[in-house]
Amino acid sequence: MIDHIYLDYAATTPLDPRVLNAILPYFSEKFGNPSSIHRYGQQAEAAVESARQIVATELNCRPDEIVFTSCGSESDNLALRGTALAMREKIGANWILASRAEHHAVSKTAMQLEEHYGFQVEWLETDQFGTISAETVENAICKETAIVSVMYANNEIGTINPVSEIAAVCRRHNIPFHTDAVQAAAYLPFDVQVLNVDMMSLGAHKFYGPKGVGVLYVRKGTPIFPFQTGGGQEAGLRAGTQNVPYIVGFAEALRLTKEERGQRIDNVRPLRDRLIGTILEEIPGSRLTGHPVDRLPNNCSFAFKGVDGNLLLTLLDAAGFACSSGSACKTGSPEPSEVMTAIGLSREWGLGSLRVTLGAGTTPAHIDAFLKIIPSIVQQARTLTRENQG
Amino acid sequence: MSKVVVAMSGGVDSSVAAALLKQQGYDVTGMMLRLWSETGKEESNRCCTPDSMALARRVAAKLDIPFYVVDAKDIFRSIVVQSFLDGYARCVTPNPCVVCNQRIKWDFLLNHALAHGADYLATGHYARKQALQDGKWQLLRAYDHSKDQSYVLHVLTQEKLAKALFPVGEYSKPEIRKLAGTFGLPTATRSDSQDLCFLAGEDYRGFLQRNAPEIGVPGPIVNHEGKKLGEHQGLAFYTIGQRKGLGVASLTPLYVLSKDVATNTLTIGEKEELGLRDLIAREVNWISGEAPKESFRAEVKTRYTAREAWAEITPLENNRSGINTFSLRVLFDVQQRDITPGQAAVFYDRDVVLGGGMIDKSAYSQNMI
Repeated sequence: MIDHIYLDYAATTPLDPRVLNAILPYFSEKFGNPSSIHRYGQQAEAAVESARQIVATELNCRPDEIVFTSCGSESDNLALRGTALAMREKIGANWILASRAEHHAVSKTAMQLEEHYGFQVEWLETDQFGTISAETVENAICKETAIVSVMYANNEIGTINPVSEIAAVCRRHNIPFHTDAVQAAAYLPFDVQVLNVDMMSLGAHKFYGPKGVGVLYVRKGTPIFPFQTGGGQEAGLRAGTQNVPYIVGFAEALRLTKEERGQRIDNVRPLRDRLIGTILEEIPGSRLTGHPVDRLPNNCSFAFKGVDGNLLLTLLDAAGFACSSGSACKTGSPEPSEVMTAIGLSREWGLGSLRVTLGAGTTPAHIDAFLKIIPSIVQQARTLTRENQG
Repeated sequence: MSKVVVAMSGGVDSSVAAALLKQQGYDVTGMMLRLWSETGKEESNRCCTPDSMALARRVAAKLDIPFYVVDAKDIFRSIVVQSFLDGYARCVTPNPCVVCNQRIKWDFLLNHALAHGADYLATGHYARKQALQDGKWQLLRAYDHSKDQSYVLHVLTQEKLAKALFPVGEYSKPEIRKLAGTFGLPTATRSDSQDLCFLAGEDYRGFLQRNAPEIGVPGPIVNHEGKKLGEHQGLAFYTIGQRKGLGVASLTPLYVLSKDVATNTLTIGEKEELGLRDLIAREVNWISGEAPKESFRAEVKTRYTAREAWAEITPLENNRSGINTFSLRVLFDVQQRDITPGQAAVFYDRDVVLGGGMIDKSAYSQNMI
């Protein structure tokens, strides 16, 4: 792996050594259960509550509006399931509005609510860049709406949605608005008062924290039921003994992310722009996916005509580059992702998606090396794809 | 360091193949072909189930080698499965493993491996290869004759054989299982795969009924005198030598002798009537790359599970140019049971696989196949 160049920071990031240092004591000497009465418990509880305070400060909210979860997906599940059920009980609302380009953590939850819980889902159409406009939400929202969920930035194509504008529409109609900010948090501002959202999902491992810990911000007064019941932790919204070390790690990683945001952006954005520009210029049958301007500063995403995206990834991996695809599927059963379909790509283009995401370890030399090999690898993948189609 | 791609199936043989190559110092990459999935039967398709995939992944992780799943569903369907269905439609008994080795494993996957920068493609086949003085390669039977799979590899050419590795061919099956245990591979105790991978464990007749329902046209069952004994469900559902499931009452066991496509007739008879002395093979591949010009004697295998039998092999006059269109006549020393059009006839000189071709028909029964 030494010779490998990692260009998949949207999938996950390495743990920041400073975060690792912060969490290590909570595996060993400070091992208590935060719910215990004794001093071991008090020590652990103090760590969790101090982490909650840090997160609240960074998000500009109250500590009791922070729910620690096991990951971003769980946060999305809690928001959708919990609020849909509570809103139905409260006002009889039965509609869920979600964008067509949502992460599966949102879309599959919405589908289950439709299939097994009697809700109805209205899928909001994106434009060709994957953007959901406030106007689209305004046209769809009504008294029957239980929750609106539109992601802050797209995980595949990096498009940033006008979240505060959408939030304003929902606020005016008094409908809870949730945003999945799992991808956005690494680079975009996450002040929930500015964003004006009611709920926001975060996952630590996208910004150099550990895997296995997330947060759901829940604005005070938002109707929500727990779906994991038990010991009453996290203000009754998420039962189960808190993962103390990871919660400590979440807070430290988030703090560092905000503190260093400017320099992190300055590191990746010029590299991103060079990478996108060169690929579009040098590779025939290529196009940028996602918004050309309103996109995450570390996200380069493309579609290549007539290329099997999975094949492209394996060739890249063999050549020493770790990237991802919109149809990422380790079982070799590729279908274009919902996002590729939502932005209107045909199957011929949609199967050939490539996501290159940069991060703290990315250097100009990495980008040079990548740009040197990518044209011939796309060509190779195209030839092999044609052979497979027989 | 030479780079090798190992075709992994999640079974014990290909797992040990990967482990042996790693031990021998190769730069090893695992690849698994995603060949087939029939809606609702994903779980039972032996070779590319999520289960076998997870196993292969665990083996790769244990060996610390990269592992990729390669999508070959389109080409597998359009070539292997289609030729299987076409074969039955023509009333022959096709051998899709031969087609798969020729067109998928040793063509599509080999190209894939080469594109990945590999020098070799290895499989878990029980077979061996050997270098000759003049730089050519010979394909040999496996050390363990009871597990020998060289039959399905008779389609290899010099160019492909040069890039092939068969690490398990030097061992017996019990030794391979033992090695799997020694390497700590999770596949050590996995049972051997049987039957065709895409049949999902069921009889091929059900597969045909689902995928080519037009094949099943009923017709008469007769004896060699032409007397009608019953009704068959479609010639495709019967194989030469088949005894069970004929639906004809008789004091002595009756066997399928031949199938006549033109009249849609199935001829059955007693055991003594079964068997032929000769066959015509077409599309013969010679592994040496050179076709013989004279008759010669060799041992011939007419099914994967059949025993070799001595025969005289005579090239036919009407050869077109090119090795792959080569056809010949095989005259056995003694009558053979179960000579089945669609299967391969493979020629051996002791352990050396000379080549093979598809059994077209038997010369003594011109109108029957």
